[in-house]
Amino acid sequence: MSDVRTLDVSALPPGAFGSRSLMWWGTWGLILIEGTAFALAIGAYFFLVTRVPSWPPSGVAPPNLIWGTVNTIVLLVSMIPNQLAKRAGEGVDLGGVRLWMVVCLIFGAAFNAIRVFEFRHLNVTWDQNSYGSIVWLLLGLHTTHIVTDFLDTAVLTVLMFIGPIEERRYIDVEENALYWYFVVLAWLPIYGVIYWAPRLI
Amino acid sequence: MNAATDVLPGEQDFHRLERTWRDPNSLVGWLSHVDHKSLGRRYLVTAFGFFLLAGVLAALMRLQLSRPDNSFLGPDLYNQIFTTHGTTMMFLFAVPVMQGLGIYFVPLMVGARAIAFPRLVAFSYWMFLFGGIFLYVSFLLNAGPDVGWFSYPPLAETLYSPTKRADVWAQLITFTEVASLAVAVSLITTAFKLRAPGMTLNRVPVFVWAQVVTSFMVLFAMPAVMVASTALILDRLVSTHFFDVEQRGDALLFQHLFWFFGHPEVYIIFIPGAGLVSTLVSTFSRRPVFGYLGVVLSLVATAFMGFGLWVHHMFATGIPQLGRSFFTAASIIIALPTGIQFFCWIATMWSGRVVLKTPMLWILGFFTIFLIGGLTGVILAAVPVNIQVHDTFFVVAHFHYVLIGGAVFPLFAAVYYWFPKITGRLLSERAAQIVFGLMFTGFNVTFFPMHILGLHGMPRRIYTYPAAMGWGSLNLLASAGAVLMTLGVMLFLIDVVRALRSSQEAPDNPWDASTLEWATSSPPPHSNFLRPPTVAGRDPLWENPPDQPVVVGLRTDVRDVLVTHVLDAEPDHRSEFPAPSIWPLITALATTALFIGSIFTPWAVVWGAIPVFIATIGWFWPKRPDEGGTQPWPSRRTLPHPNEAPAAGGTI
Amino acid sequence: MLWTTTIVGLVVLAFVVVAILHSRRHAPAATHSTSERSLARSVYAATGVSVLILAVLLIASIRVGGGVEHLEAASALTIKIVGHQWWWEIEYEDAVPNQRVLTANEIHVPVGRPVVVKVTSRDVIHSFWVPNLQGKRDLIPGYTTAIWLQADRPGVFRGQCAEFCGLQHAHMALDVVAEPGQDFDRWLAGMRKPAPSPQTDEERRGHDVFMSRRCAGCHAVNGTEAFGQMGPDLTHIASRSTIGAGALPNTREHMGEWVKNPQVSKPGNQMPPNPLSDEDMRALLVYLELLK
Repeated sequence: MSDVRTLDVSALPPGAFGSRSLMWWGTWGLILIEGTAFALAIGAYFFLVTRVPSWPPSGVAPPNLIWGTVNTIVLLVSMIPNQLAKRAGEGVDLGGVRLWMVVCLIFGAAFNAIRVFEFRHLNVTWDQNSYGSIVWLLLGLHTTHIVTDFLDTAVLTVLMFIGPIEERRYIDVEENALYWYFVVLAWLPIYGVIYWAPRLI
Repeated sequence: MNAATDVLPGEQDFHRLERTWRDPNSLVGWLSHVDHKSLGRRYLVTAFGFFLLAGVLAALMRLQLSRPDNSFLGPDLYNQIFTTHGTTMMFLFAVPVMQGLGIYFVPLMVGARAIAFPRLVAFSYWMFLFGGIFLYVSFLLNAGPDVGWFSYPPLAETLYSPTKRADVWAQLITFTEVASLAVAVSLITTAFKLRAPGMTLNRVPVFVWAQVVTSFMVLFAMPAVMVASTALILDRLVSTHFFDVEQRGDALLFQHLFWFFGHPEVYIIFIPGAGLVSTLVSTFSRRPVFGYLGVVLSLVATAFMGFGLWVHHMFATGIPQLGRSFFTAASIIIALPTGIQFFCWIATMWSGRVVLKTPMLWILGFFTIFLIGGLTGVILAAVPVNIQVHDTFFVVAHFHYVLIGGAVFPLFAAVYYWFPKITGRLLSERAAQIVFGLMFTGFNVTFFPMHILGLHGMPRRIYTYPAAMGWGSLNLLASAGAVLMTLGVMLFLIDVVRALRSSQEAPDNPWDASTLEWATSSPPPHSNFLRPPTVAGRDPLWENPPDQPVVVGLRTDVRDVLVTHVLDAEPDHRSEFPAPSIWPLITALATTALFIGSIFTPWAVVWGAIPVFIATIGWFWPKRPDEGGTQPWPSRRTLPHPNEAPAAGGTI
Repeated sequence: MLWTTTIVGLVVLAFVVVAILHSRRHAPAATHSTSERSLARSVYAATGVSVLILAVLLIASIRVGGGVEHLEAASALTIKIVGHQWWWEIEYEDAVPNQRVLTANEIHVPVGRPVVVKVTSRDVIHSFWVPNLQGKRDLIPGYTTAIWLQADRPGVFRGQCAEFCGLQHAHMALDVVAEPGQDFDRWLAGMRKPAPSPQTDEERRGHDVFMSRRCAGCHAVNGTEAFGQMGPDLTHIASRSTIGAGALPNTREHMGEWVKNPQVSKPGNQMPPNPLSDEDMRALLVYLELLK
């Protein structure tokens, strides 16, 4: 027995934030996957542009700019409570986490609701032509993300209120904020493509 | 560095450790397994099952094609059979089997007790299984997909494929891609964050590198086929116009999206095979693989370049000259990194001492067959040749040479190599040599003539051909080869059953190999390593000094796993891994219902999402401490601030 | 290319075998630096040779590719092919509209003259491939692309659809008949003529059967009231060597089989069975033989 050396890890903490945590890696994996899907859908959009004489096709108006721009602002502003929730999580501050996650949820409800208006004012339906199909696909893909992000933030918020709360839930709060950032920032190129590309091409 | 001697776990601790790590085997228990070894075995067995099913379909095709104007299979059934054969091999066998090896062996090779995100891996297994069952039940109900494994529109659109068959294909893609993506995320996280202390990046085994590289390829390639198949389902279900010409859709858009996935897909299948070859050549030459850096960088280079080749599947569509030249160049240059690996393997064998045990026989088979396949690939990269032999049996020969040579032969080598580790039993060397002989001979007799058939003008995907073409005798020869291959597989199965029932036990390290999976028993204990290892070199079992430290201090009452730093594998923190859970299965069932429902109505996506949502809450909701879940942590804050220096856990 | 790759393959395999034999005969080098260095030199050398070989193959491919695909427009004959499930619609283009020729499943070309073939599809993706004359080109709905070919000697060259297009992809063949310039001109002139009027009673009866039954609904015969566009143009059906895009040889007996029930020899194709009385059938066949 006496010739076997040991490396004692019992003093190590039961978790860590940021890139030290496994959940960070899992979240980044998801970001890479979904980001690739968005990029490919945008690529498909521009491929279809090259196949028609005018874009949008004649007789089709570009999507209404108001709703999309309003929602972009709401999404961007939501990064503030998101960042504050993230900081509260990293500070293991239960009160702060509860407050800012609820604020995030209010923003989430808002941008999901406004998204309904965005769909209604696209000025084209998905089954009208290829332009309509790709616009609805892009908006639909992103909507899947804001819906699921809202739902999983809601579940985590409820958990932080009713428990059981363990310390590593604060790491989940931090990773949830990371995903929220992705959903907001990924929207920017999609917004540009849906709302501005038909006006600029 | 502690030199304490009475810190080592005693008998009591080992029992408690094993009890903590053991997944129960009651019915519900078995359905709740999260142990990567159990999940890895399931993946391997299930993937093999699909391999056999696809093999039966291949035998039926060979029967039909063995004679001109044959009427054994009519066109409708033949089209379903070749589609299902290709779809099964690519999506239900080749990728899952390599991922299954990764799930079983990556944690062991890096010295970890578990795979990252075990419940996600369990979920992915169920999705893989249910997707495959969905495909075959559809096939038996005469609703099997029948428009090729690539399912091009407009043929796959509703107008020309009015039944549900094409929808079955598109949803099968969704099942298998979700499964593969999940495993890829787990493997990357495991390889980067759960390595044994001392296993810096340049000490990571080549097979683990191959799995990491493959997993990254999966992350970037599979979304492309997801977008393509989703767009196809949307065209068919809710009348979008991505691919139909009437409303300005485009048939080539599908091809670009599909092949952006489809070309990396074949490297996703081959790169793990190359990792296996490096592992086995090293073990059976009794020396570390020559040119480790070159080999690893070649794998990475192949992965990157693999994304730049896809248009070589579309040379016949009339793309402009500049595009053709670029993709020809890329398709030829990608041979280089693989060539470099070949040279390193030859150098390893040259300067080692080669032992020709069974796994090595299969590696020699790989060398021959994959080499031929790779060279015909270089030939195919040339556009003037390609536009003649594209869509002929020359291509069928090419890809079977690279896929069977580059993946299946290394896979059989790996099976013979790792069977003792997984099962604790030994396969028969004698039977193995006969199996190899049958498979090697049978393969070449089946597929070599197809090069000639292609050069003689025989197109692909035809259910019969006229006698006047003169293709009859080579087709008959190919079908005869298939008989030999069938015999080989049958003998292999018989030997596996015999070995599993025998009582002869395998030692820990029958091949005297160097990587960490051989540092534990055969099969490994539930906790993988009773004493988690640390390493001081690339080939631990050959290089570690006798007093190389082992890790102590992990809890034995919960599934405590050591997490280390990405670059240098210094100990960082500990993480409690989940106990067995039924929620991955329930989530998979709910997701399956959503996927299958959505080929009938779009509302299935909305209504089906509700059970999925509920199931995922069940999955993530933590158990209360008194429910046999997590033990309470100390009340004082123990988590370090994000900017705190990592805790000093001891260095080597 | 075949030779180069075969030699490379044999050389690499030889090295594998030699490496194994060498290793078994000599004690393993204790992985010390000089032997590792000399191994490294060999790997670099092999890599360098590979780069050279691949570069040569690449340049050769691009140059040959350019030569094969080069489009010659000046004195070219232009043929348009539209793919259908499972037959080939063929049009000989001409600036003068009534000089255009519509036919199906069989192409004639003059020997020694370049021919531009413009291809597209009416339904799914097909591929035009006559191996003895040129590489293949896909027929994609929504795209019209051009390929050129030239027959350097007379003969009949068989082609077959080379992109999976559904149930009868296996039976979508076509013939390219290459003939000397004068013979071709004569053929083309004949193709421009409308169908001859029926002369005998039986021919008239056959003509009536054709027009009054479903035939005229799908098939066109130039110079009659038959304008159907769904199936192949039959104005010169009797001059073709096969029926059903290669499904059957064109004889009276096979034509009778085909008309009675095309589903027997080409199951799943778009043409329905046509039960006719024996006299009607014989008359129809006589009429069809008129359509040279």
